[in-house]
Amino acid sequence: MTRIFVPKDAAALAVGANQVAASIAAEVRARVLPVEIVRTGSRGMFFLEPLIEVETAHGRIGYGPVSASDIASLFDSGLMSGGAHALRIGKPEEHPFLSGQTRLTFAHCGIIDPLSLADYAAHGGWKGLARAIEIGPSAIVAEVTKSGLRGRGGAGFPTGIKWKTVADTSADRKYVACNADEGDSGTFADRMIMEGDPFALIEGMTICGIGVGATKGYVYCRSEYPHAGKTFSEALRIAREAGYLGPNIQGSGFTFELELRMGAGAYICGEETSMLESLEGKRGIVRAKPPLPAHKGLFARPTVVNNVLSLVAVPTVLDRGAEFYAGFGFGRSRGTMPIQIAGNVRYGGLYETGFGLTLGEIVDSIGGGTLSGRPVRAVQCGGPLGAYFPRSLFDTPYDYEAFSACDGLVGHGGLVVFDDTVDMARMARFAMEFCAIESCGKCTPCRIGATRGVEVIDRVLAGVKTAENMVLLEDLCNTMKFGSLCALGGFVPYPVMSAVRHFREDFAPRALAAAESRALAAAE
Amino acid sequence: MPEAFAWDAERAKQIIAEHAGLEGPMLPILHALQEEFGCVAAAAVSLIAEALNLTRAEVHGVVTFYHDFRREPCAPHILQICRAEACQSMGSEDLAAAVLAKLGVGWHGTTRDGELTVEPVYCLGLCATSPSALLDGEPLGRLNLDKITEALEEARAA
Ligand SMILES: Cc1cc2nc3c(=O)[nH]c(=O)nc-3n(C[C@H](O)[C@H](O)[C@H](O)COP(=O)(O)O)c2cc1C
Ligand code: SF4
Ligand code: FES
Repeated sequence: MTRIFVPKDAAALAVGANQVAASIAAEVRARVLPVEIVRTGSRGMFFLEPLIEVETAHGRIGYGPVSASDIASLFDSGLMSGGAHALRIGKPEEHPFLSGQTRLTFAHCGIIDPLSLADYAAHGGWKGLARAIEIGPSAIVAEVTKSGLRGRGGAGFPTGIKWKTVADTSADRKYVACNADEGDSGTFADRMIMEGDPFALIEGMTICGIGVGATKGYVYCRSEYPHAGKTFSEALRIAREAGYLGPNIQGSGFTFELELRMGAGAYICGEETSMLESLEGKRGIVRAKPPLPAHKGLFARPTVVNNVLSLVAVPTVLDRGAEFYAGFGFGRSRGTMPIQIAGNVRYGGLYETGFGLTLGEIVDSIGGGTLSGRPVRAVQCGGPLGAYFPRSLFDTPYDYEAFSACDGLVGHGGLVVFDDTVDMARMARFAMEFCAIESCGKCTPCRIGATRGVEVIDRVLAGVKTAENMVLLEDLCNTMKFGSLCALGGFVPYPVMSAVRHFREDFAPRALAAAESRALAAAE
Repeated sequence: MPEAFAWDAERAKQIIAEHAGLEGPMLPILHALQEEFGCVAAAAVSLIAEALNLTRAEVHGVVTFYHDFRREPCAPHILQICRAEACQSMGSEDLAAAVLAKLGVGWHGTTRDGELTVEPVYCLGLCATSPSALLDGEPLGRLNLDKITEALEEARAA
């Protein structure tokens, strides 16, 4: 039996992976070939999707990007034994995009059948959990602390310290809440894990539960990810039936139960306290801190809130040891970062590596510049609340400290590339508009300020008191930055002001439709 | 209105009861009701309030906070076009404008034949194969006007 692997990652489906799988099945029937089609996650080389792989005596051989109409010719060219073809890329792990990576968090993604326990175990799954059970709660927390792992959701807070706080807080019950709201444009790593390696998230959360003494966990997944939700809930059922969740996990005496909850299209519910409100069934209004979620989180109980990627790093930390994980990275940014290269880029996808590459290396060398072939003009780093970087900052090393030194954000690891046709004033306006749409409404600088921000930029572009309105925009940004309760209102000044600072020429007045400029002038 | 979306108070009560035992059952209930009835109607709000011992205003507040929940059923087909930054970098705004013009609707609008509603969405996690959209929950990437048109025709024919 020859195994042919076809991704069912949503991004692969978006470019025709199901049609490819159907075409392979039809061809196999017609040619009466002994083939098993295995659906996997994605390797993260989205420029090659749909990327199919065939298992040969010399390892797996990849072909991509494949379309349904290529399948007959692939079989004619000896696909079954990895034969030559214009779409053949050789061994995926030797492809330049993958060979330079350090895959720890994404070690299994795109390789295993995401819902096969046997596959997961055969690739080293559950070994972190086994060691965790063996060393017990306080040693688990110590190991995670020593690894230097920092939260991959946005703020980069040390994960071990958070866990210790929850472990040290006594309560009748505690929770682990996994933040899978992944709302940042340009990011898809959480989605890839939930679709491509869901047992790793279950394992990471279970280790966390044992470590801090929590018996119940929730995964809060955004509703824009229906496929991730489907695969993950199936994984939960399988893990539960096999005794990896529930009472007395694998005979250890520890109990941990896990539930999936779907969000409902609110970006702010990625902010941890808003997420907790949402899990409790309320409007996703941000809570003031203190109390910290680690002291009083979900249903007022001590709660670990961690991003998917933070939790999926944990099985590796436990299995291979804190030193191994901390051995990767740069300065105070330890371990590996799954960087997501997106937008107008030639080689877009997931690039996991120790910190320390420069932004330019990531965008130009790894990403290959723009897909349009035009010059790269700007890169938005760290999602809709992150700054736009011009080429002059391309020598900035990719790590938490170097980025924040130039007002940048590593955040969840997203990079969105723009070519020289981008209108940076429009991007600044969009940042304000997005904030206005998604504001939870709790504080005035964000709720009102974002709407005013859109209006001020409109006036600038209409040539209405341009100089005064540029001053007003900066002033407004300062009010939002210092007067907002959370980082939605508080950080939206970064994309806006970086656009102003680095691309000021785009804020010159321009011709507007006559009616539009009359309306603006009248409002003045 | 399609028959599947006809309001049925008994069925609604049953759905609410099925989820009422969860911790924080509100969102699961709202999702389940919308799945069954195509929206969370005013009648449903009253039933939820009663079952969860909340005021109708509280339930209403939750329903209206989240972009997902509709007060009225949408068309049988729904196209969600991404408007976030990565898709914008690949020309999604011009593409969306062309799609809307071709369909003769605005954002949140439904075509005159009542078959299709178009909604904006902010990132689908398909940012390396952008511009992207979901059509009836199925992902579409590397989009252009021809591809969207073809997908819409297929969906309507099915
Ligand atoms: C507006 C806003 C949106 C956020 N969205 C997310 C998100 O989608 N996913 C996430 O993990 N963290 C998000 N965060 C950060 C969380 O508040 C929190 O820091 C994180 O989930 C903690 O997990 P970590 O320590 O593992 O990073 C967001 C924060 C803000 C202010
Ligand atoms: S900054 Fe905006 S989103 Fe954050 S709490 Fe204030 S109003 Fe809500
Ligand atoms: S920005 Fe459109 S899919 Fe992410």
